[in-house]
Amino acid sequence: MRAGKLITPLTLVVVTAFVILIPMERSGWVISLDRGVIPFLAAFLTTVAIFAILALALNVQWGYTGVFNFGVAAFFMVGAYTAAIFVKGPPEEGSSLRYVGGFGEALSPPILDSEQWLPFVIAALAAGAVSGLLALALSLPTLRLREDYLAITTIGVAELLRRIVIQEDGLVNGSRSLVGIPKPLSGYFSSDTERFVDLAVMAVLVMIVFLIVERGIRSPWGRVLRALKEDEVAAAASGKNVFSFKMQGFVIGAVIMGMGGAFFAFNRGAVGPTTFDHFFATFMIWAMLMVGGSGNNWGAIAGAYVVWGFWTTTLQINGYDLPDVLQSRIFYIRDFVVGSLIVIVLLLRPQGLFPEERRVSIWLDHRMRRGPRPADDATAEAET
Amino acid sequence: MTPILQVDRLTKSFGGVLAVNNCSLTISEGTITGLIGPNGAGKTTLFNLITGAEKPNAGRIRFRGRRIDGLAPHRIFHHGIIRTFQVPRELKTMTVLENLMLVPAGQRGEQIWNPLLFPGSVARQEQRNYDKAMDVLDFVELSHHRDEFASSLSGGQKKLLELARTLMCDPKLILLDEPGAGVNRVLMQKLVTKIELLREQLGVTIFIIEHDMDLVSRLCDPVIVMSEGAYLAEGTIDEVKRDERVLDAYLGGQYR
Repeated sequence: MRAGKLITPLTLVVVTAFVILIPMERSGWVISLDRGVIPFLAAFLTTVAIFAILALALNVQWGYTGVFNFGVAAFFMVGAYTAAIFVKGPPEEGSSLRYVGGFGEALSPPILDSEQWLPFVIAALAAGAVSGLLALALSLPTLRLREDYLAITTIGVAELLRRIVIQEDGLVNGSRSLVGIPKPLSGYFSSDTERFVDLAVMAVLVMIVFLIVERGIRSPWGRVLRALKEDEVAAAASGKNVFSFKMQGFVIGAVIMGMGGAFFAFNRGAVGPTTFDHFFATFMIWAMLMVGGSGNNWGAIAGAYVVWGFWTTTLQINGYDLPDVLQSRIFYIRDFVVGSLIVIVLLLRPQGLFPEERRVSIWLDHRMRRGPRPADDATAEAET
Repeated sequence: MTPILQVDRLTKSFGGVLAVNNCSLTISEGTITGLIGPNGAGKTTLFNLITGAEKPNAGRIRFRGRRIDGLAPHRIFHHGIIRTFQVPRELKTMTVLENLMLVPAGQRGEQIWNPLLFPGSVARQEQRNYDKAMDVLDFVELSHHRDEFASSLSGGQKKLLELARTLMCDPKLILLDEPGAGVNRVLMQKLVTKIELLREQLGVTIFIIEHDMDLVSRLCDPVIVMSEGAYLAEGTIDEVKRDERVLDAYLGGQYR
């Protein structure tokens, strides 16, 4: 078990070395604010933050409520597109871009530079709301089913919605992607400093989501969620409305996912249906949560960092002078390498880098202790 | 005596098996009623029907005059009925303390906005529930295991945790499914004392399935006998022990 515990720092160190050293080497060891490793890290960490929000959302659903959502892509996509049509202006006459909505200008009254931020705030909230409503609609027929049926349903819904986006050309520009999504605060900063502003904003947003989720989960509300994840019959026998709490966990997770989708859309400036295939938009986020540690919010964030770190740096290897036999296959090898890393981490540390903790209520950690703390850590050792 | 629970011609079948067959019985308020019967008599199924874990095929259940058959388990809990499970259903990856703190009804912190917006009021309620849980843990002698995962308890300790759950709320009727099985003698004596105390102090009605005749004869009056899914006999333990039909049911009639 000692070896298992070493995996956590080891993995974090290896990923950190990758994300620092490979871009440094690629840029010829230049340290500068406008090129090389530092802008890379800013952009990298911004993306990690967006995925961390998605992983935190999935953690609410799976890690704490036990709702098996295998259609993360659906909520991610709905959030991203909703946000996009809320911040874009109306479609231009004669333009090849065809989409509904385009409320951006309507949402920015000419005061306080509101076009720089107000549509984005409203769009993120709308993304959360639409995604939450989708979860609500799905939960009514499916949440009473066993969890594997919910997994099948959510996979189906994710693919169905993606097909609708592709086929219904006029909805959000179909398979040609919806481009030209404006960036928040873009009028204030040069493109060099903008990266760092993006990072700061996303860091704050992750922190807010983390604190809200953490507080909710370590409250009596979170205790009920964990109880019904463990045993629905026992939770019901203690007077808990299993269906209602499951739905709350599912919907709240979906709201956060939708907002994560919105931040993704603002960050990328363009969203297309290929982004939201199962591999990228569902499996990737599951991998983050499993590697990081399902049932642990720090784990969700660390998982986003580790998985995205491996994913991005393995792409950079492409820039090296590789033998032809590898060059043409690098994208497939990359899938293979990232998959193997996930398997290795999980074999050595099945509960993830940051395993689930044993106490839920935050109020039990400080004020409420009565008498000496029992030999807690000794038994924890014995169990793991 | 006023009836608190009336079961009226209740039937439940699983496939072709009639687990509970046209069963009618009445529990009087303030009693400790025993439920005995041979294995497979339908005792646990009856408990499942009363607490909503299973839905009856036919028949009625009235609790203090109001029908509760077919209601969801959590609604029946809020009527004031709590049960324990024959095979303990402890929440394995939650600590012993959390297992108990889950139970109290009306926790403000269970509405998601309260912990976010009114942490103070949630904390005060948690403090009260914590104190209560610690008292209950002291009573069942599980205080030392407070912060361990419930899965690490022994079989007997899990039984005690089940009983402890019922002490965390203020029920009107407690259904105990074999509370004595796997519990040591000394603890059993304490159990008996506490169950009697519960009845005297809180006026709780208790309905117990038990195979341990020692425990039944010390606690239960009256005792109801079930056989093949139906009500068979009722009386003091001595009365039912002498009842021909009961002997038949237990022994198959060959000793007559």
